[in-house]
Amino acid sequence: MEKNILVMENIRKVYSNGFIANENVTLAVDEGEIHALVGENGAGKSTLMKVLFGVEKPEDGRILLHGKEVQIDNPNVAIQLGIGMVYQHFMLVPSLTVAENLIIGMEPRKGRIFYDGHKAVELAMETAKKYNFDIDPKAPVSTLSVGQKQKVEILKVLIRGARIIILDEPTAVLTPQETRELFIELKGLKQQGYTIIFISHKLNEVTELCDRVTVMRAGKSVCVRNICDVSEADISRMMVGRDVILEIDKAPKHVQEVVLDVKGITKYLNQDKKILDDVSFRVRRGEILGVAGVEGNGQKEISEIITGLDRNFVGEAYVCHPPKNVRDCTVRELRESGVAHISEDRMTYGIVGDGSISDNIIADRYYKPEFQKHHLLDFQKIHTLSDELIKEYKVKCDGRDQPIRMLSGGNMQKVVTAREFTANASLIVANQPTRGIDIGASDFIRRRLVQLRTEGAGVLLISADLNEVLEVSDSLMVMHNGRIAAYFENAKSVSEDELGEYMLGVKHMSDEEIQEAMYRA
Amino acid sequence: MSTILESIFSASFLFSVIRITTPLMFGAMGALICKQGGVLHIAFEASMLFAAFFGVAASALTQSLFVGLLAGLLGGIITMLLYGYFTIKLNAAAVLTGIALNTLASGGTVFLMYILCGEKGASNSLPSLVFPSVEIPLLKDIPILGEALSGHNILTYVAFILPIFVYILIFRTPLGLRIRTVGENENAAASVGINVNRIKYITLTIGGAITALGGIFMSMGYLSWFARDMVAGRGFMAIAAQNLGNASVLPTFLTSIGFGLANALAVTLQTLSLPAEIFQALPYVITLIGLAVYSSSMGKKERLISTQGRKKRRASKVN
Amino acid sequence: MHKATTKKLRTPKEIEKMFNTIRVLLAVVIAMLFAFMVILMISDDPGTAMYSFVVGPFTTLRRFGETISKMIPLLFTGAAVCFIFSANQTNMAVEGGFTVGALGATIVAVYCDIGNSVPHIALCCLLGGIFGMLACFVPAYMYVRFNSKPIVSSLMMNYVCMYIAIGLINHAMRDNTAGFSASYKFAETAMLPVIVPGTPIHFGLILSIIVIVFSYFYLYRSKSGYEIRIIGQNSEFARYCGMPVKATIMKAQLIGGFLAGVGGAVEVLGMYTRFQYSSNTNLGFDGIMVGIMAAYNPKLVPIAAFFYAYIKEGAAILARSSDIPIELVNIIQAIIMMLVVAERFFYKRKHIMMVRAAEQQLMAQNAQETEAAKA
Repeated sequence: MEKNILVMENIRKVYSNGFIANENVTLAVDEGEIHALVGENGAGKSTLMKVLFGVEKPEDGRILLHGKEVQIDNPNVAIQLGIGMVYQHFMLVPSLTVAENLIIGMEPRKGRIFYDGHKAVELAMETAKKYNFDIDPKAPVSTLSVGQKQKVEILKVLIRGARIIILDEPTAVLTPQETRELFIELKGLKQQGYTIIFISHKLNEVTELCDRVTVMRAGKSVCVRNICDVSEADISRMMVGRDVILEIDKAPKHVQEVVLDVKGITKYLNQDKKILDDVSFRVRRGEILGVAGVEGNGQKEISEIITGLDRNFVGEAYVCHPPKNVRDCTVRELRESGVAHISEDRMTYGIVGDGSISDNIIADRYYKPEFQKHHLLDFQKIHTLSDELIKEYKVKCDGRDQPIRMLSGGNMQKVVTAREFTANASLIVANQPTRGIDIGASDFIRRRLVQLRTEGAGVLLISADLNEVLEVSDSLMVMHNGRIAAYFENAKSVSEDELGEYMLGVKHMSDEEIQEAMYRA
Repeated sequence: MSTILESIFSASFLFSVIRITTPLMFGAMGALICKQGGVLHIAFEASMLFAAFFGVAASALTQSLFVGLLAGLLGGIITMLLYGYFTIKLNAAAVLTGIALNTLASGGTVFLMYILCGEKGASNSLPSLVFPSVEIPLLKDIPILGEALSGHNILTYVAFILPIFVYILIFRTPLGLRIRTVGENENAAASVGINVNRIKYITLTIGGAITALGGIFMSMGYLSWFARDMVAGRGFMAIAAQNLGNASVLPTFLTSIGFGLANALAVTLQTLSLPAEIFQALPYVITLIGLAVYSSSMGKKERLISTQGRKKRRASKVN
Repeated sequence: MHKATTKKLRTPKEIEKMFNTIRVLLAVVIAMLFAFMVILMISDDPGTAMYSFVVGPFTTLRRFGETISKMIPLLFTGAAVCFIFSANQTNMAVEGGFTVGALGATIVAVYCDIGNSVPHIALCCLLGGIFGMLACFVPAYMYVRFNSKPIVSSLMMNYVCMYIAIGLINHAMRDNTAGFSASYKFAETAMLPVIVPGTPIHFGLILSIIVIVFSYFYLYRSKSGYEIRIIGQNSEFARYCGMPVKATIMKAQLIGGFLAGVGGAVEVLGMYTRFQYSSNTNLGFDGIMVGIMAAYNPKLVPIAAFFYAYIKEGAAILARSSDIPIELVNIIQAIIMMLVVAERFFYKRKHIMMVRAAEQQLMAQNAQETEAAKA
């Protein structure tokens, strides 16, 4: 039996806004294994790793390394203790060469003053060879592919003497070929005695690569298993189990004309990788189409294309009735013909932080004749509207002229929805409408969505929150790797386990099945 | 017309190009270092002006060239560190802090000059020491070339050797590597344990010292007194030269000389019936055009990448 | 009783407003204290010097009039800056725009003999405004079209404007009988009349007040102004809402340039009889300082402009009557500007108050809840 090289015991981390990210989490990793850490978005994996790497300070719990308790106050300490972290967003300097990126902060010197470029290249070459990484140390990082950049990140960690390597969703940005290559290298590292913590959503990768898996759910560690003992379906079940079942009363749906028709949309993330791959679906008035999926599988791109923010795509999308091609319309034209949009990036696309609540409420309608009086804005009307909506949407604030950045996330989102839900839209694109906000506000927003749908709007609800998509949607679609992995005519007919399997790429419907389900009714 | 050509193709013209380029070269190299370190700002004007003034004042009061140099350097460096403190520590808006420092320098130097010597236009009554000119043996005996290249102020030679040192500093030393890392990706620097703010202050100090030499040259090399607003936009022009040179050493070196050439032309052509203002405006116009061309070429590159995906897709659709 | 306690509480909104005001006032106080210190240190007669600096501008009608007339160009450039900086564009071509605005007015004032004051002056202001607009257009276009940031390009534009103006004056409109580098005399009909006898206060004051009122209503009461402000605060959000981002950015700078140009026109027509600048006036940069102090709100521009004109006049009197140079103004200006834009200056105090307010609010809430529970 191997010895635990690393134990994190009873970790508890509460963020300053009161959000409990980790509660009594335990993680034990054996020496020389590849240990998977899996869980949904927001399950607390990243927080746990930040604690381990000294970026966040836990409120409670302890970390044992080789059986000895250690205090990790900052990343430098972690690096000294032999822990290395490969971030999802690369920490590289594009104009520097591979070798230079590897040795920043520990530069070999020639004489006293000069940095020894040759030695750096030699060092890089040596390291790459030792771990069997195929990379050119003299190439500038800006010329590398994403997969090669990741190799540089891993080498950067290795060259600093790390024995435990944390990889945060390393395959999210890779092509299948690059992923295969990465796995070969990681297995090589394992053979050389390195310990790897592998964070991922993709269960097929986990079962292919890892030895053991720790599952996290809602800030807690749920269980630890040997990979050989469990199936992908088992893991997915443990990941997506629902703690609270929320219930919303819904009138039966009453569909009318099509208000969103997406036809074969493809979008390239870069030259090699597609973030959307031939996606087609439709939404009709009077129904809510839920889009489930792990974040980063193309949902954000879909919402930006439909709402006219992103024009760099292939394929066509038509909105509203009579249909309008989004490519031919400005954002304003789209909004005027009845598209409302709640973006997942609230701080950029939801609000103008320094603006007052009132400024934020009228942002989509300030120019309309009803708000003009003598060529100026009719502030009386604007104030009445703002006060009404603040009341109706229960926004907690000091008044309509308070800068919105001073509100809590939930109240900000209430202002966003107050604007978007009152725009008389026939198509509402709601992308992660309740992420990161309190239960009360979430519940309020969900009920509103259902109400609007019953009143005849078509809703596209994109969410990584399974509770939400299952309960709120009429029909349901699952996105995986930029493709539609499954489509269910009736959202109620799907079990969460099944959903989890599609979300995590364990299962995939055939195109025919999807077509069949999508256009049956 | 022939007299113009004669005067342009003369050794003395080349000599004046080199002389006029000197302060620009210092400023542009200072700007280059700051740009590489991600702390480029518009207070170069202020840095040069304070350096020019404090250099003259200190050397006149102590009658020591060395003390003058030191005071000038300090003037330039402190200006930049002040900028750094306000923008890094106090989170002040960079451009506005720069404008404020330029105003401070413009008014502050005149104010101090008046207090020191009772004059507001130029510090004629403060006899400053001057950096010596140097005749280069052998070279000075070559006809024309010798006339143009030899006999310059010692700081001019420093200015023209400086790019080599800047290159070595930025590209061949560990510090340079860290400066570039901080300039390009602060998070990457922090993730390997580099103290980002410290590197920024160091960058500003080095940049300030180099820029200061430009100011010192103007008041203690080319002239021997301080005149109000004597920097006259050279700080801005230095930023533009660096900008057009894309913060690389050789292109910045060349654009600096280009600006010097344009200025020298303006001076030479003043003797003609053509309005001198046209030539005086020339460097600024060239900068504007250069900025437009440079930015639009950068834009094209980006567009090229984004459309490539589309083309590929179309090709695959046909198949 | 309960109500009384909650009334005393300051909401975070109020605290923030209060601290923004306090910061500006504190900046002013620190700068003035610095000025007093300097006067104390170098003046032979600090008492008199201080008196003429602080009270001087109010002692005679003439001096007060000087202050007001110094304020006029600042109102124009300050308003111009409100437009440009509200759109979050650091286009500093207001400086050059002011100069070429004066040039435009000079051309009309010298060469177009209309014979009637009102159309003549209007035409002067119009051409001046168009020239100023062109000055701001170049950097604006370079940003919208080529994505080249306006900081460096607008600074370059200032020099181009300056040389165009001086070049034209020196080579096309120079009056050799003037004895110095200046244009021909303006036609009588182009000159702005003095409206308060015994002072240099000219008709431009009325124009500037109109401009300030217009700017306020445009920026804070009209839909176009709303667009400008929202785009300046978060241009991506503006795009998401369907606002015409690029066109609005352009519009704000063109209006700003126009106002700066009219400012230049009004200044030369009101204060001089010929164009006699030999370089840029720095009144555009002064306008930036005024705009910052006014938080880019035209409503507050008159206060900031008056304060700045007052300091300028005080320093001018001081310079005339003592041995302290007028450049003291620039030092005061720089100190104020740096402290006002330094977000974290005086931050700790604010942070403490904010935290306390949040705690008190929480406590009040809890108290209310327990009371409600009791009932």
